[in-house]
Amino acid sequence: MSSQDNVAVQPPTDSRASRRLNPSLVVGAVIVLFVVLTALVSFVWTPYDPTNIDATQRLLGPSATHWFGTDKFGRDVLSQILMGSRTTLFVGFVAVGVAAVIGVPFGILAAMAPRRPGELLMRGNDLLLAFPALLLAIMFSAVYGASTLTAMIAIGIATVPSFARVIRSGALQVMGTEYVLAARSAGRRPFAIGLRHVLPNVSSLIIVQASVSFAIAVLAEAALSFLGFGTPPPTPSWGRMLQESQEMLFVAPRLAVFPGLAIALVVLGFNLLGDGLRDRFDPKLEDRR
Amino acid sequence: MTALTDPVSIDPVMSYIAAPAVLTVRGLGVSVRDTALVQDVNLTIGPGERVGLIGESGSGKSLTALSIMGLLPEDVTATGSVRLNGVAHDLIGADERALSRVRGRDVAMVFQEPMTALNPTMRVGDQVAEAMLIHRTQPNRRAARAAAVARLDRVGLPDPAQAARAYPNQLSGGQRQRVVVAIALANDPALLVCDEPTTALDVTVQALVLDLIVRGVTARNSAMLFITHDLAVVATVCQRVLVMYGGRVIESGSVQEVFSRPLHRYTQGLIGASDLDIVDSRGRLATIAGSVPPAGSFPTGCVFRNRCTYATELCQTPPDWTGPDAADGFACHHPAGVQHG
Amino acid sequence: MTLRLIERIAVLAASLAVSSILVFGFMSVLPGDPARVALGVNASDQSVASLRAEFGLDRPLVSQYFSWVGGLLRLHLGDSYISRAPIGPQIADRLQVTLWLVITSMVIAVLIAVPIGSLMAVWHRRISGLVLSAASQVGVAIPAFLAGILLITVFAVHLGWLPANGWTPPAQNPAMFLKQLALPALSLGLVQAAVLTRYVRSSVLDVLREDYMRTARAKGLRPMPALLRHGLRNASVPVVTVLGLQLATLLIGAVVVERVFVIPGLGSLLLDGVSSRDLNLVQDVVMFLVVAVLLVNFVVDLLYVVIDPRMRAGGR
Repeated sequence: MSSQDNVAVQPPTDSRASRRLNPSLVVGAVIVLFVVLTALVSFVWTPYDPTNIDATQRLLGPSATHWFGTDKFGRDVLSQILMGSRTTLFVGFVAVGVAAVIGVPFGILAAMAPRRPGELLMRGNDLLLAFPALLLAIMFSAVYGASTLTAMIAIGIATVPSFARVIRSGALQVMGTEYVLAARSAGRRPFAIGLRHVLPNVSSLIIVQASVSFAIAVLAEAALSFLGFGTPPPTPSWGRMLQESQEMLFVAPRLAVFPGLAIALVVLGFNLLGDGLRDRFDPKLEDRR
Repeated sequence: MTALTDPVSIDPVMSYIAAPAVLTVRGLGVSVRDTALVQDVNLTIGPGERVGLIGESGSGKSLTALSIMGLLPEDVTATGSVRLNGVAHDLIGADERALSRVRGRDVAMVFQEPMTALNPTMRVGDQVAEAMLIHRTQPNRRAARAAAVARLDRVGLPDPAQAARAYPNQLSGGQRQRVVVAIALANDPALLVCDEPTTALDVTVQALVLDLIVRGVTARNSAMLFITHDLAVVATVCQRVLVMYGGRVIESGSVQEVFSRPLHRYTQGLIGASDLDIVDSRGRLATIAGSVPPAGSFPTGCVFRNRCTYATELCQTPPDWTGPDAADGFACHHPAGVQHG
Repeated sequence: MTLRLIERIAVLAASLAVSSILVFGFMSVLPGDPARVALGVNASDQSVASLRAEFGLDRPLVSQYFSWVGGLLRLHLGDSYISRAPIGPQIADRLQVTLWLVITSMVIAVLIAVPIGSLMAVWHRRISGLVLSAASQVGVAIPAFLAGILLITVFAVHLGWLPANGWTPPAQNPAMFLKQLALPALSLGLVQAAVLTRYVRSSVLDVLREDYMRTARAKGLRPMPALLRHGLRNASVPVVTVLGLQLATLLIGAVVVERVFVIPGLGSLLLDGVSSRDLNLVQDVVMFLVVAVLLVNFVVDLLYVVIDPRMRAGGR
């Protein structure tokens, strides 16, 4: 905010139309839809069985029969990528779901609570920030063994703090509005206010944060799978594909490219979607981030 | 537009000075994309003259000032001519390099909001010294720092040496504005542009800072363009005044003339509205009907016609400027004090 | 001023305490019997019992917790259940390696992000700004280990300029050390730079809109010097926060990068510990990482006061 905003000339926002459907939103949405479609298709059909080991077909380059080639076990890379998208999306979805289900009520609670307790809650929240997703997942795996479930829970818990922070600050703003003040004066119970007034008004924040956190979750899951703490074989997973490709780097570097591109594409898609949604919901923040 | 003649030879107030104008603005226009925000502004300021520019928000007065400094926001462009005495090139359309040599040295500006005008992470004395070091009016850092302390003393800050070491957040609004004035006058500019410099200050401080500014320019024989919506301030501080509405100058003249015998209907309304003694038969204060249209939505022809009780069909054509020059005249089809049927 | 400092130290102490409880609870309580976990399902009851006695695992939990914390404070980290080797020296050794990696990466990230982010802000309406923005979006989408693999493919496989993995201590062979540090540090650093760039851009954009930038230009400063002299210090405040937060990400990112490049750092110590179910070791390493992150955030908080005079007492 500067006094320059008061120079009584606001250039007419002719680009309002372009803000509604800004390129970030469109491209992000397209990518996400494409990936979701891929995952859905993989339930019905993949070119080959991705777990089918065939020593005679090892390390083939891309061709008409194997569009992306085969890996060191003879498995079709494209099929693995298609099926791997399921794992990626599934983990992302559950992790974000867990984070939202815990983080949103927590954030709203922290906002509606009186000042001191609210700040205390936030301090606790920030403490969780010292445990990044990967670290939590490694801890979980050490105790419970590696699996998709531990990955999802760990990533979910690690994502709670960012949700809680964002939602709390949004909720604080809502609490300061006049209609909430009116509701409180009318004697509405806090739970009802939280549900009926605060929640709907932070819903756009939730959606944006969900999209951004999804991207982070995908990155975390990929790292976990790479390290061997994610989905165990034989279920295909992009991170594990990358790990397997590493020993073949000198022979067939393309084996790293396909899963790598897939991961980057999904993350990019969700990031763009999140940014685009953020712009759409609040154009004033356009130039930030 | 009648041809401009040197206002000095005609304006009785300045007749004793025969010097080239410090600032000459001709045909200044400011627009953002396709919308014209300021049109056809002409004004001249002679050495040591104090000229006021009055208007409400949306009249384009701030934009006019920013155009002179070349500090318009992105997307906003200026056309026309702005010439400063002693500067070889036109300020409109000049490149950043040329403009940065002029700013702070030949022309300086005091902005409205003192709380945010200073860099919060830099000591106040250093910010004043910087103004001098940029234009090399002081030979080195040490001299600049000492000069900065002297400047802070001249703007009336108690214990200037300590003030120089302070950070802006340790000073009050009035003190910060004094610092801003010190920075602006540091290099003795020939022209000082002030955009509502006291509006954001506490009432008790306003008069002090105003006095400070006036003494600052008179001591240096600097010219001043003083922009404000406050008629009382213009009456006290300025010798001449221009009235802006809808992006155009609609009347100009000496403060005495314009305030006691306003000719344009808008000026008349303005003066009337500030006079708390004028009431109608029901005891209500005088106002101007309607409200200021948003930028770009002013009526064609006379910009004031949709609020003017004297408007006729004739007012759909833009009124010509009536007067000997830009410094003295008005643009109205039905001015006050003239017989019209 | 001192009150705030005391408050911050109290918060740090509380955070450390709570984290230690969390970590202890997780690693010592949840698995059930750490001794059995360490020795495996097929171990005899006898060996499990003797392990438990040796490491005092039959004492009440609270007492175990306090002796662990006491050990931490005195920097006595005990011995690993599996290898019986003292944990402390292992962490110290590995820490040096990881530090090299993390610090170099951070330097690379800052050196890239600050100029590019500033340019992105200054050019934010131009095509060049949009191009840079798009590039940083892509950069953010690439995980560090993927960047590592891609860099290996280019520089080790195709060009053969740099080794694909390995580690040499700097004292032993400085040239080799540098060569082996290059790709891992770049992997982490480039990815970090992409993230940081966006924060720098945002922060600089905010600063450019401030009134004091206009005052600076009204004084006669050209845009670039104005940005450098007035803008950067103000823009650096939010960026420094982010850097601190990013350290947590960097430390963990280092874990994965160490695996890619086979570097004997803390990360691989942790991962080895997990694979061999050495809960004691894992617990200590995790606690170490958490303490490091908390300490860094604490220091960043203090740095604020140095950078931003508004945080000091006496403001209005």
